[in-house]
Amino acid sequence: MSDWRAIAADGLWRNNPGLVQLLGLCPLLAVTSTVVNGLGLGLATTATLVISGVTVSAVRHIVRPEIRIPVFVLVIACAVTTIELLMQAWAYDLYRVLGIFVPLIVTNCGIMGRAEAFASRNPVPAAAFDGLAMGLGFTAVLVVLGALRELSGQGTLFDHAELLLGPLGEGLRVQVIEHYRGFLVSVLPPGAFLGLGLLIALKNVIDARRGARPVAVPAHAHGHGAA
Amino acid sequence: MREFPVATSPHLPPRASVPALMYRVLAALAPGAALATWQFGWGVPLQLALACLLAVAAEAAMLALRRRPVGRALADGSVLVTAALLALALPPYAPWWLTAVAVLAAVVLAKHLYGGLGYNPFNPAMVGYVVVLVAFPRELGHWPAPAALAAGPDLATALSVVFGGSPLPDALTAATPLDHVRTGLSMNRTLAELRADPVMGRIAGTGWEWVALGYLAGGLWLVWKRVADWRIPLGFAAGLALPALLAWGVDPDAYPSPLFHLLSGGAMLGAFFIATDPVTASTTPRGRLLFGAGAGLVTFLVRGFGGYPDGVAFGVLLMNMAAPTLDQLTRPRVFGERR
Repeated sequence: MSDWRAIAADGLWRNNPGLVQLLGLCPLLAVTSTVVNGLGLGLATTATLVISGVTVSAVRHIVRPEIRIPVFVLVIACAVTTIELLMQAWAYDLYRVLGIFVPLIVTNCGIMGRAEAFASRNPVPAAAFDGLAMGLGFTAVLVVLGALRELSGQGTLFDHAELLLGPLGEGLRVQVIEHYRGFLVSVLPPGAFLGLGLLIALKNVIDARRGARPVAVPAHAHGHGAA
Repeated sequence: MREFPVATSPHLPPRASVPALMYRVLAALAPGAALATWQFGWGVPLQLALACLLAVAAEAAMLALRRRPVGRALADGSVLVTAALLALALPPYAPWWLTAVAVLAAVVLAKHLYGGLGYNPFNPAMVGYVVVLVAFPRELGHWPAPAALAAGPDLATALSVVFGGSPLPDALTAATPLDHVRTGLSMNRTLAELRADPVMGRIAGTGWEWVALGYLAGGLWLVWKRVADWRIPLGFAAGLALPALLAWGVDPDAYPSPLFHLLSGGAMLGAFFIATDPVTASTTPRGRLLFGAGAGLVTFLVRGFGGYPDGVAFGVLLMNMAAPTLDQLTRPRVFGERR
């Protein structure tokens, strides 16, 4: 699995954590009420994936298999705590919006899944790239779902972009539909489930049209709970 | 001497076809719909027509997209039943776009994305209703006053309210009996006081109780014709009325009577017409009793302690989810099989 293209295709499409592995559904469903929330959490998750992937890969020869899971948890928890403190310092408003979901990145089983399935068996550069590809694939799903829900829920896009980009994001808010009365379902949790279901269906349709066979969720992805 | 027909097996006559069942359901809805029209005016037939038109169009479009024979599936009438149930559940003067959203959610999302008639795990009409209930709670609470309290708007006003976006005149609106009880109780009034208010009528709300009796009559006819299994409405009534009786017995000033529960809101429509949907309900005899009882119990809980005025739709949808498990757990014993 040192083929870079295969790693990228896996993370971004074929084995996408949000649409195929269905890992990390809890933050995926909870924070995607707007594009900016989705992007913020997606980038934080990507950073965590890269850091934990590199670290796990670097220590893979000195960690005994019996204690690998606690070691992975420690590594991931360190990365997440660091990112949380950084966000608290540099993007405090976004940190407040995302709230509990930043520390909860620890429990995103997609990260544990990659540490176990990929990083602990591959060299450091490949592990770093895999973390990046998986993170970007996850971020893409978060952003698309966020856009879907923000557009149908409140008729805007990039609302509150200043939370993520500071003064640069002030003018980014786009009122796509004027005098929109709002579609509360999209903003509430049911909208997240419906939206994700539609996105998965769309991906399956595209795959079927292209004649590609769907990839089964690998066995190691099971058993990490549905956090 | 009596002649006996001679034929080879099977000797059981075939059950009625899908269109025959669906048109019987529509016929059974007629008395309730007529009484609702008498009580709430032009809005009821307007909503029925609008919902049916939109539903047929959406069904035809989805069938064409899915490359299924359009004519045959449309002729089975199932989409008309969905549309009629939805239209009767929505407030009669709801704006047209609200009905459109509900119909599209019902036909496209709940029916065809799951594979069409026979494959949908959730009752399409109730999915459509819950989508708009969650999205537009204010519009869904906007009911007209029954005929005994205010003469309904004429046809021109009704058309302009439904299609023109003008609001229903305030003088013509009234809280539904369920809403009235809910707000009254939250303001620390007792039910004995509330019952004297004009909207409350004799048992379950002026006008509303007549409409409920209309659905009850149609529903009993369906049961008599064996279109609907008696177990589901009976279970629903028991699941709703028994806890209501208990609560009412403990504190009749804070909890409405079982009869009020049965005849108000969507209870009768839900018990006889919505919970009995053969696709989404449980299919075993004991399963059907439990299915109905669960839906009734959820209705009672939502009405008494939940955030929405009525809970029939939630009860039906939650039990739709439970139906496969219920079927599995209540599978009838095959003769000779050991317990």
